[in-house]
Amino acid sequence: MPRPSPFYSRTAALCESHSWQEWSGFLSANMYELHHLREYYAIRTAAALIDISPLYKYLVHGRDALKLLNRVMTRDIARCAVGQVLYTPWCDEHGRIIDDGTVTQLAPGRYRVTAADPSLRWFEDNATGLQVQIDDISDSLAALALQGPLAGEILQQAAGPALAQLKYFRHASAAIAGMDVSITRTGYTGDLGYELFADPADAERLWDALMEAGQPRLLRAAGQLALDMVRIEAGLLLVAVDFISSKKTVFDVQKSTPYELGLGWTVMLEKGNFVGRAALAAERERGAAWATVGLDVQWDSLEQIYKRYGMPIHLPETAWGNAVPVYSDEVQIGRATSGTWSPLLKKYVVLARIQPQYAKPGTPVCMEATVEAQRHMTAARVTALPFYNPPHKRA
Amino acid sequence: MAEIYDAVIIGGGHNGLTCAAYLARAGRKVLVLERRHILGGAAVSEQIFPGFTYTVCSYVVSLLRPEIIRDLELPRHGLQILPLDSAFVPMENGDHLALWSDPATTRTELQRHSRRDADAYPEFNQMMYKMGFAVKPILGMVPPNPLSPGVDDLRRLLELGRHAKGLDARTFQQLTKLMTMSATDFLDEWFESDVLKALTAINGIIGTMLGPRSPGTAYVMLHHFMGELDGAFTVWGFQKGGTGAVSNAIAGAARQHGAVLRCNAPVAQVIVRNGQAVGVALESGEEIRARTVVSGLDPRQTFLKLVDSRQLPAEFATAIGNFKYRGSSGKVNLALDGLPTFTSMPDRALLQGMIEICPSVDFVERAYDDAKYGEFSRRPFLDVLIPSTIDPTLAPPGKHVMSIFVQYAPYKLNGGWSAQQRDAFGDAVVNTLEEFAPGIKKLILHRQVLSPWDLEQDFGLAEGNIFHGELTLDQIFFLRPTAGWAKFRTPIRNYYQCGSGTHPGGGITGGPGRLAAMEILRSSK
Ligand SMILES: Cc1cc2nc3c(=O)[nH]c(=O)nc-3n(C[C@H](O)[C@H](O)[C@H](O)COP(=O)(O)OP(=O)(O)OC[C@H]3O[C@@H](n4cnc5c(N)ncnc54)[C@H](O)[C@@H]3O)c2cc1C
Repeated sequence: MPRPSPFYSRTAALCESHSWQEWSGFLSANMYELHHLREYYAIRTAAALIDISPLYKYLVHGRDALKLLNRVMTRDIARCAVGQVLYTPWCDEHGRIIDDGTVTQLAPGRYRVTAADPSLRWFEDNATGLQVQIDDISDSLAALALQGPLAGEILQQAAGPALAQLKYFRHASAAIAGMDVSITRTGYTGDLGYELFADPADAERLWDALMEAGQPRLLRAAGQLALDMVRIEAGLLLVAVDFISSKKTVFDVQKSTPYELGLGWTVMLEKGNFVGRAALAAERERGAAWATVGLDVQWDSLEQIYKRYGMPIHLPETAWGNAVPVYSDEVQIGRATSGTWSPLLKKYVVLARIQPQYAKPGTPVCMEATVEAQRHMTAARVTALPFYNPPHKRA
Repeated sequence: MAEIYDAVIIGGGHNGLTCAAYLARAGRKVLVLERRHILGGAAVSEQIFPGFTYTVCSYVVSLLRPEIIRDLELPRHGLQILPLDSAFVPMENGDHLALWSDPATTRTELQRHSRRDADAYPEFNQMMYKMGFAVKPILGMVPPNPLSPGVDDLRRLLELGRHAKGLDARTFQQLTKLMTMSATDFLDEWFESDVLKALTAINGIIGTMLGPRSPGTAYVMLHHFMGELDGAFTVWGFQKGGTGAVSNAIAGAARQHGAVLRCNAPVAQVIVRNGQAVGVALESGEEIRARTVVSGLDPRQTFLKLVDSRQLPAEFATAIGNFKYRGSSGKVNLALDGLPTFTSMPDRALLQGMIEICPSVDFVERAYDDAKYGEFSRRPFLDVLIPSTIDPTLAPPGKHVMSIFVQYAPYKLNGGWSAQQRDAFGDAVVNTLEEFAPGIKKLILHRQVLSPWDLEQDFGLAEGNIFHGELTLDQIFFLRPTAGWAKFRTPIRNYYQCGSGTHPGGGITGGPGRLAAMEILRSSK
């Protein structure tokens, strides 16, 4: 039986659809209304509140905290100042991604790490010989994402005008309705957004305070379906969908490296030794086997296919996440891993992993499209990620 | 020596801007001249009252052609259309009708009114969808000229014939009915609930000087059903920031492709030499030379104001003179201190959708009766939206803006329009609203009232017709604006038209602008 999250009394009351999924052992709303579109638009044009408590959270502290993190993570955590947040993957000794998350230096030598999967053992195994303490604080922190172009305004309303100063990928401690809240300007939407961490005992009051502050700005709760659409627009990969953690499969062919996933920028070979460094250095030398790109499915081409059936284009209303072959000149060059119709961009956007020689933006490729249970090839164009990158995300 | 533009476009309405964007995208040197201080024409957002953004004229978007959205990459330039989820009609007996985008909820609601209609409603929608699908290709097509067909026209006529042949007998029969019947007669064959008929019929009267019982209104209903968002028909949406943001998105695309857009530049005249347009003269006296001149204004201004009608064949000038405008609508925009309360509204979520003051077919027909005899409706039909409930950036927190489209307000009002008449008209609107939402008057912080006369004065819409001429059967497709001249050309060489007075007609479609640009590019190849 999945467990209720600390916000369950609030999310359950709003969840008219009664549509839930399991997320790391918790119940997580798919959508609150019968349709997820309003939640999608809330994230993109106003603001949305998303319960992200199921994330795994760790506190890493002690004399060698930095040493441990720099040993595990691909990015250089020494560059993470107090009050700063870094996004980073971590890899196995073959340079294949285990997971990714954020590292926040809360106070000198005190780091909070978020992860999609349980990571305590991996961190501890790598801490051998180091003076470092790793606490699994997953259950002692409730977490909320407040995302959307009006998120900043709402947060200032709730937590005070000082929050206006909080920059992209920075951390601040604040009080909301008398409760201590740890706030990072981060998120999984590619929009302006914040993630808030608080004592689970305060969870319900925190939810209420934010909802009250956000009400005039049309803040609404959003679930997984809306989130899945926006993260694809933002070009953000989802573990277990776009790639598989190297800990979750025993087959090499199913594993991926940061270079293959477009995360080469997070690999700091110069920082000194870390888990997977040698393999990653060699890979950089020889070039990655795959490149992760965006595909912009060409509407006219898809329209022609549907026309043969006397039909207008019909796309799924939610994001999909199953492997679909991608071709160039009828030779398969890779796979699409997830995709969605973007109501905002008015485009059919797809994330794909293809051979690097085809990765140049503008390259024409084909993707398999099944219409009335028949297979077809629709034209698509390779594009750089993200598809959607509004200036207010960083401003 | 002054520059010579490849094309000068008169009027920075959304169609003029669309035409400019397509021409500039093809490498042409383009200049747009707009009379007002702001681009957009009837698709414009303005802060008339500080802190409150009105979507001044048009308010909902769905007819915007998807190929334009793609070609011009409008989302990159700010196009963001938020779906509208519901329609609410308060009734005079205190009951209501509420339709939702969720079919099951709608069904439950309809069953309260008529179990039969609850069944018929999805079938009706499916039929209209099918009609829309049947007619849709015509919207993206340059109309053929059946009077003196050229090779191209024959090809298009053939295409059209083939398309019509592809329709099954039942679809064809329904289509014929739609083309000839009144909205109410057509709906009588489907529904028994009066309020449902009233709500559906209003799509047939918007922008016309016709009542729900006037023949021809069934077709106008179809025109409004052809809205197409995300490949799904009949989804109306609200553009974030108001419809001015649609114009701004198109303007952004035009600029990106190098078009020059000038405001405060009213054109007085098209300069014609030897039957050929060579440029324009501004009211300021400035003259600008161009190889092609395109008018985004309505046919009356395009032909009877900007050029000397003696330059035109007499028959043509007469036909243009006969083109019907008969403006019948007005617009009221309100700044509100808070949200109103509709007595019969069962769920406040309905405030985020369309609110239709059309409690019965008789109510709307009576509103029309007033107008038939030269009066504005004492109790008008109101198409109401509170955009700030879906786009909170339009008003300060806790405050709201309300957009009210009003019918009927005849352009030819007995005694003529005056400031007093405008106020009286505004009062009739607010009083009607107050009947269904008591207390709303006390919430009003500011009120903007636009009569058809104002629409003509401020926005250059002849007789205040919102579509640059009625969308009746005698004024559409190859008859728009008149037989033989539906291909965006005019009797004056190098003078083109691209406004809503051309095919496929009015509404925020961009269709005329795009098709005109394609004709211009084709003929100058
Ligand atoms: C009150 C109202 C409500 C409406 N509601 C909707 C709606 O909800 N949804 C919808 O789809 N449609 C609606 N419409 C219709 C739609 O707005 C119009 O059909 C459309 O915007 C017309 O665009 P256009 O570019 O063809 O012409 P216009 O927008 O009329 O553009 C013509 C431009 O030319 C300029 N101009 C005029 N004279 C000169 C001159 N001499 N020199 C230079 N410039 C000049 C004008 O200022 C204007 O900017 C509404 C219209 C009105 C008036």
